[in-house]
Order: sequence, then structure tokens, then C-alpha cells
Amino acid sequence: MSSTTSAPVITTDKLTKRFGQFIAANELTFQVAKGEIFGFLGANGAGKTTAMRMLCGLLKPSSGKATIAGYDVYTQTEKIKRSIGYMSQKFSLYDDLTVAENIRFYAGIYGMSRPAIKEKTAQLLKELQLEKEAKTLVSELPLGWKQKLSFSVSIVHDPDIVFLDEPTGGVDPVTRRQFWDLIYHASDRGVTVFVTTHYMDEAEYCNRVSIMVDGVVAALDSPTRLKQQFGRDNMEDVFYELARKATRKAD
Amino acid sequence: MISLSNIKKTYPGGTGRKTDGQVKALNGISFNVDKGELFGLIGPDGAGKTSLFRTLTTLILPDEGEATVDNYDIRKDYQQIRNRVGYMPGRFSLYQDLTVEENLNFFATVFGTTIKENYDLIKDIYQQIEPFKDRRAGKLSGGMKQKLALSCALIHKPSVLFLDEPTTGVDVVSRKEFWAMLKKLRQEGITILVSTPYMDEANLCDRIALIQKGDILSIDKPDNIVRSFPGQLYAVHASDTHRLLQDVRSFPGTATCFAFGDSLHVTFKDAPSGSNAPSGAATGSPGEPQALLQYLQARNHPDATVEKTGPTIEDCFIHLLKN
Repeated sequence: MSSTTSAPVITTDKLTKRFGQFIAANELTFQVAKGEIFGFLGANGAGKTTAMRMLCGLLKPSSGKATIAGYDVYTQTEKIKRSIGYMSQKFSLYDDLTVAENIRFYAGIYGMSRPAIKEKTAQLLKELQLEKEAKTLVSELPLGWKQKLSFSVSIVHDPDIVFLDEPTGGVDPVTRRQFWDLIYHASDRGVTVFVTTHYMDEAEYCNRVSIMVDGVVAALDSPTRLKQQFGRDNMEDVFYELARKATRKAD
Repeated sequence: MISLSNIKKTYPGGTGRKTDGQVKALNGISFNVDKGELFGLIGPDGAGKTSLFRTLTTLILPDEGEATVDNYDIRKDYQQIRNRVGYMPGRFSLYQDLTVEENLNFFATVFGTTIKENYDLIKDIYQQIEPFKDRRAGKLSGGMKQKLALSCALIHKPSVLFLDEPTTGVDVVSRKEFWAMLKKLRQEGITILVSTPYMDEANLCDRIALIQKGDILSIDKPDNIVRSFPGQLYAVHASDTHRLLQDVRSFPGTATCFAFGDSLHVTFKDAPSGSNAPSGAATGSPGEPQALLQYLQARNHPDATVEKTGPTIEDCFIHLLKN
């Protein structure tokens, strides 16, 4: 990853979201550096989705500050949306478009020019070794390929940051690791990766990990230091130690 | 209690615009589950897990093969089977606009019983959601929906329980709670067939079938599957994991290398025949671990370690996928 001394691309300061009496996200304060792979963990209902929606410019915070790629989450949400990519297990590609059509569609959405789209499509197909499948319907691709394509499409416009919401759910163990190769590759190119997962071994692959419990960031550090801090051998035990103390039952 | 013999199922091609590619969901699946066993189907999306569940619960008919549940034939005796199995599908399928209690009552009534009659069986699970019994099911959190769905699948005291990916997308804490509930149900003598994409949950089952693309890769006790892993596995560790991954892959003696949490799991190639290495060295050339360590130290991994380690179910699954 790139040097952590460069200016952070995500900065939050006491970022808070209330729904009536309920504080979904409570005074989140952290920074993410350029090119960092940042794991964003938490139990179901801990407030991860609310936090992600604020960071993506989709949900107005109740109080606190945050800038994403230098843009303000209150006033510059359209600029934020142009500067980020987003991929989740649910939101993905159009099944009844071909591989090439999906790339063209998303590149077009982000306002890329025709020559740029053409060049990018060729480059992506080559990188993903999908040249022969350019005219194949996405519905006919194996799940693992779909997920790799989905990731590539989410960063087709070379965003500063990509948000990945449980990107590897349900895929086989080999494909899951190939997916992480893509994440590393993007990080090497300077793309900041903000990722959620329920696979605790994947938490170990992140440069730093934050763990949310009941709306607050309960821990934030590198996996090695978190394991030292909690005297545990692996991230699963660290997570369990923190998350089992959660008092929120319903979300 | 459950018996399958050469079950095959093929679905017609999806859109069929460019190919008429049929989807082979099950390619001749055979296995037996004993009474009172907690049996796990372990495999990723598209492995055929749901097709198996739908076959055994008599919701679809296989193209070929025989299967029985509690000695009843899935083709002829579907009514008897439906009366004595509990099924929790992968997708939440209770009535969203009925309350918690109404849903449970509905399922009890459909099976000709009452909540009261079998309350003991569901007590431990249902008590956790009982404070919310007047809440509509659609308004429940993920963990609570899961508990309600399990209660509804159990309310008629089934002899066999089918659970299709009950812990997918669920956090580590809720997953542990759920498996603790399954252990208790097994003690009640209920046979349980459960599927999961999480390899670490395999160890919680009595026996497992590793399944991929409609084929069973292996069926055994988790311990035996781990023991059958061929060769010696090594854990390689260094602080810069990402660079380490690239360097270990480029080492000529590396056969396989996969990231496992904070270390890499590595196997070495067999010694080339005709060399001085002892014959039959299926575990990789004995000098390779030391050679890798030197290779890594020369590539600026001063803190690198190479140590023998035991395989996990996930190592075995990857090995079986590769072969």
C-alpha cells in the first residue's frame, strides 16, 4: 500500500446519525489513508450500513463532520458519488446484458467518453481474461467471474475510493482468494478500499480494521495490534470478544 | 433417516439467447444420513445445496435417482414426508405482515398442532423473541427472523429438519448462538441436514459432504477429511503479507500457496525424480522449507517464518477443488 503519510482520503469527526431517539452511528471519528485497505466490521445492527451510506453521500448525517476524497458529506454529495465506486453482493450487474455491454453501461453512467470506454473495455477484458466471453450474457457466467467483473466495473471510472459491502459472500474458497488479489491490485494502484465482511480471515488481509459495536467504533488498529491488545490469536476471537458485549437486540 | 441414490437434476437454460446451456444442478448425488445425525452440506453458491433440499422436501422432482426421507419415498409418499419434515429455506419465507405469534400459530395450525403442545421443543429459541411476539415479522432484525423461522420449522416436532444456509450473512456472534441451538436440537433426537458456505462451521457437524457444482467431493467426519489431506502443509508468516504472497508464489518449489488469515498455507512440489531426495517424497522435497526461508530472507522478509501446520476443512476443500 502507499505511504500512510499522504493526506487521508476519508476523514470523519464525531460523525453521528440519529433516527428519532435511536443513535444508529455515534460520533464516528477515524481517517483512512490513500491506498489503504480498511476493514469495516461489526455485528448485524451495529450501524455499519448507516455509516457507509453517510460516507457514500447517500444519507445526511445528524451531526459531526466528514470529507470523502476532499468533498463534504453535507454539501458535495454529487462530487462524492463521482469519486467513489460501490459494490455489494446484492447490487451487481445486469444479467441480460453481455459482459462488454455491462462495462459500457457503467462507464457511460460515469460519463466516460466513447474512446475512453472502448479502451477501458479492452483493458478490463484482458485483465480479467474474459476476452472470449465479451459477448456472453452475464447470467451465463459462473458466480466467481461475475463478482470479479462486478468489482472491475465498480472501479471502471478510476475512483479514489471503492466501497465493498460483503463482496465475497457465498463464493468458493479459491475464488474468494482470487477476489482479494484484485483488491490488493487496486490498492497497489492507489485506490483506497473500504470493505465489510463476515469472513474473519479476510479481516486479517486488511491494513487496518475497525469494529463497530452498538453504533460506536469499539476498536480500530492493524490486525496484528488488535490481536495483541485483546490477547487473542485471531481476528475472529477479537471480534467475538467485542461484539458479544453488544446490548442492541433489534436493528 | 435420509437416503439418496444417484440423484440427478438438470434445469433448462436460463435466457437461452445465445446458448441453450442447461444447468446441471445435481450430477448423481448419493449419501445417507443416520437418525439423530447433524449432517452438513458444505459448498459455495451454485454447488447444488438448495436443489438437494428442494428434492428432499418434495418441492421438486429429480430427473433420475431414488431418495427416501424417514423411509418414505420422495415421489410416492410426498404427503407423509411433508408432514414430518421441518424446512427453513435460505430466503426468509414467513409472512412479513403477520406478527411473530401469528406466524407461529399459522404453522402450528397447518400441521394440526398447537404452540402449547410442542412448546418445550422451541422454548429455548422462542423465548428469545417472545418479548416481540406482537411485532410483524417483516420488522424483525436478521437474527430474530432466523430464530422465528427456526421456531416455525420446529413447531410440529419434525423428525427431520432441513436448514438451507441458516447462517449466511449473519455475524460471528449470532452464528455461534445458532450452532449452539442446533446442538441442543440434536440432543432431542432430531435429524438435521444443514448447509453452509462457511467452511469453519463444518467442524460443528457429525459428518459433512463437501459439494461443488453438483458433485460431492468428499463425505466423512470432519476429522477424517482433515486427516486425508495429502502431504505436509506449511504456514508461512511475515509482516508484509501482500508482498509475501507474491514472493512465495514466485519461489520455484511452491506447489500451492493460499492466504489463510495472517499467514499463508503452502505445499511444496515433489522432489524431481532422479535427484538425491528420498523416493516417494509425496510431501515435497524435504529441503524446500529451509530453501523458501532463505529465499524470503533474501527478498527483504527478515521476520519470515516457515512452520509445519495442520490443514483445515477449507484447505481440504481447496485441494479437492484443484483436483
